Amino acid sequence: MSLEPRAYSRRLFLQRGATLASTVATIPWFVQNAAAGVMPAEGMGSSIPGVPDGRVMVIIQLGGGNDGLNTVIPYYADEYARLRPKIGVGAPGSNRPAGAALQLDEAAGLGLHPRLTGFKSLFDDGRLEVVQGVGYPNPNRSHFASMDIWHTGRSDGQGTGWLGRYFDNTCNGSPTPEAAISIGRRAPLALIGDVQKPVSFEDARLFRWKGEDLHPAMKAPYEKVVRAGLLDGIDPDSQAAYLMRTSLDAQISSDRIRTAVSRASNPGYPRGPLANQLRLIAAMIRDGMPTRVYYATLGGFDTHGSQLGSHANLMGQLGDSLKAFQADLEAQGSADQVLTMVFSEFGRRVAENGSGGTDHGTAAPVFLIGSKVRPGVIGDHPSLTDLDGGDLRFGIDFRSVYAGLLADWFKVDSASVLGTDHPPAHLLRS
Amino acid sequence: MAANPLAPIPERDFDYWSAAHLLRRAGFGGTPEVVQTLHAAGLDGAVDRLVEFTPTVDDGDRFDADIMRPRSTEENQVLAKARDRGDEATVERYRQDRQQRQRRDRTQLREIRRWWLERMIKTTQPLEEKMTLFWHGHFATGYRTVEDSWHLMMQNRLFRAHALDDFATLTRSIIRDPAMLQYLDGDQNRKGRPNENLARELMELFVLGEGNGYTEADIREGARALTGFTYVDDAFEFKKERHDAGRKLILGRRGAFNGDDFVEILLAKPETSIFLCEKLYRFFVDDRPGSPDAEGRKVVEGMAKTLRRSKYRLAPVLGQLFRSRHFHAPERRASIVKSPIQLVVQSIRELGTPIRDDRVLLEATDLMGQNLLQPPSVKGWDGGRSWINTATLFVRQNTLVYQLTGRSPGLDAERDGEAPEPFASERLVEHLSNDGPPDPDLVVDYLLRFTLGTTPHPDRRSTVRSFLRDVGDRIDRDRITAMLALITAMPEYQLA
Repeated sequence: MSLEPRAYSRRLFLQRGATLASTVATIPWFVQNAAAGVMPAEGMGSSIPGVPDGRVMVIIQLGGGNDGLNTVIPYYADEYARLRPKIGVGAPGSNRPAGAALQLDEAAGLGLHPRLTGFKSLFDDGRLEVVQGVGYPNPNRSHFASMDIWHTGRSDGQGTGWLGRYFDNTCNGSPTPEAAISIGRRAPLALIGDVQKPVSFEDARLFRWKGEDLHPAMKAPYEKVVRAGLLDGIDPDSQAAYLMRTSLDAQISSDRIRTAVSRASNPGYPRGPLANQLRLIAAMIRDGMPTRVYYATLGGFDTHGSQLGSHANLMGQLGDSLKAFQADLEAQGSADQVLTMVFSEFGRRVAENGSGGTDHGTAAPVFLIGSKVRPGVIGDHPSLTDLDGGDLRFGIDFRSVYAGLLADWFKVDSASVLGTDHPPAHLLRS
Repeated sequence: MAANPLAPIPERDFDYWSAAHLLRRAGFGGTPEVVQTLHAAGLDGAVDRLVEFTPTVDDGDRFDADIMRPRSTEENQVLAKARDRGDEATVERYRQDRQQRQRRDRTQLREIRRWWLERMIKTTQPLEEKMTLFWHGHFATGYRTVEDSWHLMMQNRLFRAHALDDFATLTRSIIRDPAMLQYLDGDQNRKGRPNENLARELMELFVLGEGNGYTEADIREGARALTGFTYVDDAFEFKKERHDAGRKLILGRRGAFNGDDFVEILLAKPETSIFLCEKLYRFFVDDRPGSPDAEGRKVVEGMAKTLRRSKYRLAPVLGQLFRSRHFHAPERRASIVKSPIQLVVQSIRELGTPIRDDRVLLEATDLMGQNLLQPPSVKGWDGGRSWINTATLFVRQNTLVYQLTGRSPGLDAERDGEAPEPFASERLVEHLSNDGPPDPDLVVDYLLRFTLGTTPHPDRRSTVRSFLRDVGDRIDRDRITAMLALITAMPEYQLA
């Protein structure tokens, strides 16, 4: 038998990926530590102490700064057309190079980007809530700094993530590794607490050891090594013990996640990175993962130049992917337990720039999607005449949005999580 | 049990495995040959070799200092005029120039990261680089706020120049360091409207330590002392007109203090030496939650005494620590969690794997939670258990597979490319054979002990031994590499 590393075969890869390890003998450490103290019947089903059973939040981050003014279109305002001669979208039924808006609220003169047909249909079905003019005081126009502010919920952008703190506060210091899952290479700061660390993976097939691809004989000894848990004679307070327990947890997470996503179906999803992420998330929700927050990202919104085509494509992808996701959730019967929030680190300046694009701005809409949202348009569109140095003034602090979701969706005291007393916005049906 | 845990171990107790332990902790480990050489130098010789060195003169000058230089007065005038006249083309040109510079600077930042990683991999003075990394985590400063890669390069040189030098000089230099002054708003700290950011962190995180008897009033007064400390382009400048020359009351002392006086006041507190030594202790000796324990506390106090006696020079403190019974006690072996950088650099220096693509390695350390020149906050990296979670464990294991085999941790491995550089793993066990092939039992024992840094658990030994039997019980390059892939996937491999 040779130990030459084999040529990498995709077929082999997929076969092995599907062969999952047998059930685990040892009770994993985080279940032992869970306040409930019992192992739920079906795996780790639904018991994260302090978290309402079954409620799931899906966060979608639009990276780069989405042009809110070309997402929800204030076609009523002359200023809009004047400041955006090249890229401004026209009123429904009008004829402009950037297209005509889809009707959202005729009385208010608001429409959706022409490619947001997916959102339009969610809106018509009472599944879409538009929260207008969301921002924060002293807006920071650096992508990183503003993203950190959104992720931490703090004006200085320092410290732990807002959802990380939520898990820290509610889970009594026993982190449940799968409580938060992000699809991507890097775990977003929003999900990182002092104790809570999210699981993140770009592709579930990679959330496993690659060494087993070297030779078929490697898998069995690997499994033995990483699933052994705490070996006898090891000081339970040592770093070695901590690593042995975490290693076992990692294997269990990997099994569960790969089992779930291997069953992902795909009716009706468009192509594209966001749809792929949402498809996996829907599959994990269907499989009853104990996960309470999923995180997906779509990048490319930093549209400084010639934005008409690129932004339109992003809008199409966003709307179509979310429409398919919601339909998938309804079909699998989990729509009532899932709430989706879409945000970006900032909007863009009101006036277009000289290159047919827009520069970094401030307030922008946040979208909530699900069967429990208060459908419609919340808040006033920021004024296009009363600007702050060419930028919109925010109407709703994003921390009020967080507070509303924490209070009404996760049923926790939002002030203790956010560390600020922003009044919770009334966002969900009561 | 000896009364003084900082007393040196007897020379006869300094064996090959003690030398390996020393080299891992004081540096990034070394191949069997390097460990052998260090062992042959004896305890004093080995410690001196690590601790006594002349600071390196680096070749960082090849980086461009001017990418993010401020606009000249003339340029500012042109831009202001263009704005007044509504000359959009000129304004747009300036805007694009700025954007282009930012892109170039981010590229240079990546180059500086690669440059530093390579230094850690290749240096003959490993403690110098390890202390540079320690100071980077201690006086943590990140690119996102600084946005000038050259300033971070300058700061990196400062850390290296004072790696084991005295902490007082380093602290006086850091309050003059442009990257730090930018990071903690030194530029905004002016008479009449002090910005407390730098003063607060000097108290809380850098010098005195949280809870060591200072008040909010001390922070405010310290901030007044630091007013006027700023920088212009790449150089420190004390702007007298911004300095508050009035009298201050800091930690019970009164005077018309400036920034240097403020630092002196903090250094005069005995708590400062304890605070710094505790941090060094957690970095070099024991990073468990609650560290230092009772004996560790005694060690820290002994270190602090040495530090005060040496006027804050670190070399005597670490020299004493690295000789000590406490440091060499069996329970210290393989007991602290490798930082991502330690994991990557140590595996190259110790196993002798090819370096492979350093950009992939830097990406991997970032995914493991350590992005050089971008610590998560002014607190630096928490270290210890915070490095380890279910996601980072797979990244760690897969990064080692990449280093051993050249197979990328991403899906890219599916693409056909050039054959990766082979890893001559047989060199690790060369010294075990006399004539003919080495004994498989001996090889398994040695590989486990050398790679894990301590006597392996019997279960681990039997797993690796029976794997070798299953694949033909022969010792050759592929089998050694395969065994290493297994060993580096063991939870204990994350320990140093």
